[in-house]
Amino acid sequence: MKNSKLTKQSKDNLGTIAMVVIIYIIVQICSAAGLVNSHLAGLLVPLCVYATMAVALNLVVGILGELSLGHAGFMCVGAFSAAFFSVAHADTMNTFPRFIIAILIGGLIAGIFGFLIGIPVLRLNGDYLAIVTLAFGEIIKNIMNVLYIGMDEKGYHFSMKSANDLTMTENGKMIINGPQGITGTPYDATFTAGFIILLIAVIVVLNLINSRDGRAIMAIRDNRIAAESVGIPVTRYKMLAFTMSAVISGCAGALYAHNLASLIATPARFGYNMSILFLVFVVLGGIGSTRGAIIASIILTLIPEVLRFIGDFRLLIYSIVMIVMMIVNWNPKSRAFIEAHNPFKKKEKEVK
Amino acid sequence: MALLEVKNLAIQFGGLRAVDDFDLSIEKGELYGLIGPNGAGKTTVFNLLTGEYKPTSGIITLDGVDITGKKPIEINKAGIARTFQNIRLFKQLSVLDNVKIGLHNQYKYSTVASILRLPSYYKTEKEMNEKAMELLKVFGLDKHADVLSSNLPYGEQRKLEIARAMATNPKLLLLDEPAAGMNPNETEELMENISYIRKNFGMTILLIEHDMKLVAGICEKLTVLNFGRILTQGDTKTVLKNPEVIKAYLGDE
Repeated sequence: MKNSKLTKQSKDNLGTIAMVVIIYIIVQICSAAGLVNSHLAGLLVPLCVYATMAVALNLVVGILGELSLGHAGFMCVGAFSAAFFSVAHADTMNTFPRFIIAILIGGLIAGIFGFLIGIPVLRLNGDYLAIVTLAFGEIIKNIMNVLYIGMDEKGYHFSMKSANDLTMTENGKMIINGPQGITGTPYDATFTAGFIILLIAVIVVLNLINSRDGRAIMAIRDNRIAAESVGIPVTRYKMLAFTMSAVISGCAGALYAHNLASLIATPARFGYNMSILFLVFVVLGGIGSTRGAIIASIILTLIPEVLRFIGDFRLLIYSIVMIVMMIVNWNPKSRAFIEAHNPFKKKEKEVK
Repeated sequence: MALLEVKNLAIQFGGLRAVDDFDLSIEKGELYGLIGPNGAGKTTVFNLLTGEYKPTSGIITLDGVDITGKKPIEINKAGIARTFQNIRLFKQLSVLDNVKIGLHNQYKYSTVASILRLPSYYKTEKEMNEKAMELLKVFGLDKHADVLSSNLPYGEQRKLEIARAMATNPKLLLLDEPAAGMNPNETEELMENISYIRKNFGMTILLIEHDMKLVAGICEKLTVLNFGRILTQGDTKTVLKNPEVIKAYLGDE
């Protein structure tokens, strides 16, 4: 009994990880065989970014049970801090270590923001928390639009008014140029890099969920009063989940930044609609399911591109697919059907 | 010295004094009952003891330590665990996980160990599983370890709540109407379970209950509350014969 319990969980996790790896291999084979056109190829890195964001948001929405509408904000923080680092060290470091450090910096800075925002925000519950995170996302986006940072031999210069206020020397280099954002970020992001980041995010989140900490987080979701009554430090675990989610979002943002010629904090990239899109991935994937969140993000990202040839009808198909996914993932009968035909769980029954 | 010592406990909600002048003294190993009509303030007393409410006045000491006005988490760590009148299980988690959450503060490993799956993770998880199964066995729930807790029958959900509370390794266990909604057979089983944990774990128990058969059957001492005040307290037999108690709560036969 005890062992089967452990293997059941780890089998489920292995299934999710295997799914990610298999998708990667299939895409690699397809592109080697020349089946991936340039349109789709350009979509592969954003796909990894969105899937990673879905995994990160699922940790807050599905596991902690709090609604966050500001995850595009964490992604924005990660993207700008990573791109900042890469541009500042574009000439002084090799590609590989610079990219790795940039990703780590993106995650770290976003994590710090997550922690600082979490202190006031996690005192709230439900709708109130959602509204404050929404505001956070918008604030971050707007701050990025008025931020000017330059670098010359004396060091960094900082302003929130205009580029002229930086008072740099002639050799100075603009890094963040207000509404024009960061230009010239090296194209370090490849599909393989995106895949590795997604894989690490999935492993970290799944390992966290299936541990002492993960159980405590889910206990808070299911019943806060009961969790307190058995001695679970509620604030600490809310903070852990929220910060962890922000770190992963920051890494996804860093990856995203290294795939763009010019990084601008536009509403289309880091606005409210993006946060909602991530939420849609999580909800349609079946709240709380990491695997579902990844599948939903892949399907919903690919549909508009794959169906480009039918023009505006793709929006119609998009909404139909959303409805179908909703029904499949949330209808008790279809869930039971999936459960019964899941190859990973079937083996489990035979073991018993 | 008594395990739990409560003196002059009172709480005021606006103009209402829900509990007033409440004294209680429970010796180690005792099984103590708290009874009274609906709305007498029994659950309020529990909420005061577990830190859910802050008392307006009064002192609560557990094992010589002052725990007045502390938070629920600290009070649980100090050694009081409780169950709830309206069941509060972790519904989307398995029966085993519910008990393992109760074990949270006794078995520790770091977040890093869980993310990197270090040996300490496997070792501690194994110990937790064993300890949790041991507790589930006491309540006959071990065969349902993998079941989602919300799928358990009502009576077993109540038992699981007790098992979860026991998992926090308390000195004092507070049971809020453990037999509510149970049929006579289930109540019988529950009485056996309570006697078992008392005997084998040396547990001190304070319970609220309306089922007089259970109260008369296992409680050694009783406190009767009425309108937030103590009507009488003492040995079960003496209390139940008290004409005032019969008038206020039990009713004439």
